[in-house]
Amino acid sequence: MSESLPIVEMAGISISFPGVKALDEVGLRLFPGEVHTLMGENGAGKSTLIKALTGVYRIDEGEIRISGEPRLLGGTADAQHAGISTVYQEVNLCSNLTIGENVMLGHEVRGAAGINWRATHRAAGETLEKLGLGHLNPKQALATLPLAVQQLVAISRSMVAQCKVLILDEPTSSLDANEVEQLFTVIRSLRDQGVAILFVSHFLDQVYAISDRLTVLRNGRFEGEYRTHELDRAQLISKMIGKDVDALKSLDAKGARRVRSDAAPLYSAKGIGRKGAIEEIDIDLHRGEVVGLAGLLGSGRTELARLIYGADRPDTGEVTMNDEKAEITSPAKALARRIAFSSENRRDEGIIRDLSVRENLILAVQARRGWARPLPRREQDAIVEKYVSALGVRPADPERPIRLLSGGNQQKVLLGRWLATEPDILILDEPTRGIDIGAKAEIQEYVAGLADDGLSVLFISSEIEEVVRQSDRIVVLKDHRKIAELEGGQGVSAESIVNVIAEDGLGDPSADTAVREEVTT
Amino acid sequence: MSANAHGPFEALKGLVRRQYFWGIVAIALLLLVNLAKDPGYLAVSVGSSGNLVGNVIDILRAAAPIILISVGMCLVVATRGIDLSVGSVMVVAGAVSMEFLKGAPDTVGSGLAAIGLVVVVSAALGAVNGMLVSVVGLQPFISTLVIMLAGRGLAKVITGGQNTTATNEMFRWTANGHVLGLPAVFLLALLLAVAMGLLVRRSALGLMLEALGMDAKAARLAGVNRRALLFTVYILSGVLAGFAGVFATASVMTVDVSRTGYQLELDAILAVVIGGTSLAGGKFNITGAVIGAILIATLDKTVVFLGVSSSATPAFKAVVIVALCLLQSERVRRAFRKRRSAVAVRPAEREKVAA
Repeated sequence: MSESLPIVEMAGISISFPGVKALDEVGLRLFPGEVHTLMGENGAGKSTLIKALTGVYRIDEGEIRISGEPRLLGGTADAQHAGISTVYQEVNLCSNLTIGENVMLGHEVRGAAGINWRATHRAAGETLEKLGLGHLNPKQALATLPLAVQQLVAISRSMVAQCKVLILDEPTSSLDANEVEQLFTVIRSLRDQGVAILFVSHFLDQVYAISDRLTVLRNGRFEGEYRTHELDRAQLISKMIGKDVDALKSLDAKGARRVRSDAAPLYSAKGIGRKGAIEEIDIDLHRGEVVGLAGLLGSGRTELARLIYGADRPDTGEVTMNDEKAEITSPAKALARRIAFSSENRRDEGIIRDLSVRENLILAVQARRGWARPLPRREQDAIVEKYVSALGVRPADPERPIRLLSGGNQQKVLLGRWLATEPDILILDEPTRGIDIGAKAEIQEYVAGLADDGLSVLFISSEIEEVVRQSDRIVVLKDHRKIAELEGGQGVSAESIVNVIAEDGLGDPSADTAVREEVTT
Repeated sequence: MSANAHGPFEALKGLVRRQYFWGIVAIALLLLVNLAKDPGYLAVSVGSSGNLVGNVIDILRAAAPIILISVGMCLVVATRGIDLSVGSVMVVAGAVSMEFLKGAPDTVGSGLAAIGLVVVVSAALGAVNGMLVSVVGLQPFISTLVIMLAGRGLAKVITGGQNTTATNEMFRWTANGHVLGLPAVFLLALLLAVAMGLLVRRSALGLMLEALGMDAKAARLAGVNRRALLFTVYILSGVLAGFAGVFATASVMTVDVSRTGYQLELDAILAVVIGGTSLAGGKFNITGAVIGAILIATLDKTVVFLGVSSSATPAFKAVVIVALCLLQSERVRRAFRKRRSAVAVRPAEREKVAA
């Protein structure tokens, strides 16, 4: 890792959007055989910088040099030509094709009579082999693979294009610990082959585990470039957010648990289940209480939340709310009973891209009123103003299409959408996934405040530490069933939950590593 | 709809940015072509009965049924659907009303009763579409194709295969009458279109439809009632097509079971697209659909006026519509602009693209 010449050198890059300067004279250097992490809060300009490098956005000022040559990147094709490949947070592959077809798309082996599929699949197999994915059958349909493996396939795809620079934009946000390890193995092997890797992640542990060099951005400006081992976590965080780290720890200090009233539960489900999704389960929710759902990815967390919300119809069981039987078979019925559900899939099941922030915010309230009773503009503006300022949505322009906001701000708008329905029960599925620590702390604090105000919150996160910190009571799921229910308190920690999961049945040796250490530890 | 207009100049600029602006341009161009052939083409005179007569008035009259089905189509398209059955609903409406009026006394009451009957029947056909799409879960294309084929057959069954003729002054007035010298049929169509526009924009129907059309999954989780909305739009589209059928038959007081409303669904789809509503669903524009419908009517009249032989008519229409779609395409416009800005870079132009 000597100071060789950078393969990519971006200097003085500025990009403006109408009314916003997204990047202000930012620089970035990528070296061959090095993993370089781009750090910054949401809206700091990470995505914009990446899009400048991949030719999606045109730069207003500055220079991009690739292998020492100044380059004008007029489009993604130019960038690919220059050897720059990108794997995005959401997998961009064709799920209806086979693994091999996806890997080789656009690079199929051609023979005299068109594409030689046998050779193509063989070449795909070789590429997969090189990345330690030899166990995959190239003829298998991509859709049969879990998301994590699809991501690895996406990376192999960029290897076929013989890339010199690989950009990984939050590749780990939907992976569990084992899968992250698998991904890192692949990244390391690529690095050793001399590929320059640009990595973006919000998980500090991962950043420190994989990267050699860091570039920090804040508010569209360049904060600095550092060797990873020269900068400790506390320093890094304060560089990213520009404020003291202690502020983030305030949440931990508040450890005092809310006292649950012994009144009858607000919501009580007996034996609800759905074939193939979750086995019959009992769950009670009380006012003023945060119930956490802990479990590994695929343990049935989301499935349970969807049953409670009526997004999927339960096959069995019955639900009682306020001492009367409740039939919750659709989201509209759940909303009518003041249950709100924020999906983990922000892009496909949350925001409506082309609607404005205002329309996204009021959508659920309006849907519950029905279309014949429109919300007066005055009330709309009041709702929008309330939640945009309470949640700190930036930019605070209600008429801007929501697709132009950063992920964290979209999440805040969605939280606002559900809060605007004035729910009694709020189900939050991964509300802090893929957003930066600043916004994360804000949302966590807000959620804690909601329970203090008497809401019943069901909190789901793949970060067990986060569940422990947020919840008064924790329901532990494994393999689509409930294996334990723990009262929050001194005895409960991420370790003890992992032990519960590990000791259930035969035990799961991978569970120890399943805990992602938190930013603030 | 142009709330951000300050003064007439800004309003004009806002208009130019709208997609249906090119529809207006196309109407003007077609009229100019006709004017070149006959300098008196645009003349409007006061006829013997004190009503306005002229080619332009004829165009407006012919546009009326197309306006109605286009508005209905526009709402369906907003939900990512399509309603191929509108032409057939028109002929069913015509058949039902003619059969009813054939045996009824020539009074205002029976005329209104016929219209009432049409509303019920066309709403029922729309509801069948709505049910097939929302409850059964068939694709809109297939569901409405079924009604399109079945509807014309149904009309033939109703009239026993005959082209039924009837007399009713009130019913006839809807197509041939005048209000303040203007054709009543155009005013009625416009009135219904405006009523629809107010319905969707003043209530939350428009927002719900757009949400559903843009992202059905997210809309469902936000509590949007997909089923009820789909029922609503297909019923609205059916009823509007029913009115269009009344207008189409009332002018001659005869239903032609094989010609009435024939292939008009294609005109309606074109009008919607010309009006700037994407077939991919989401944002929709009722004003645009109305302008698109008027353009189609103008085009039909122009074809006849220029004496294009009937066998070449579809090709002529196609050329005009392809040209228009090219004009509207963002990519083609950008290419044009690039050539222009190669001569002189005008930043204002680039802003216009962004907007």
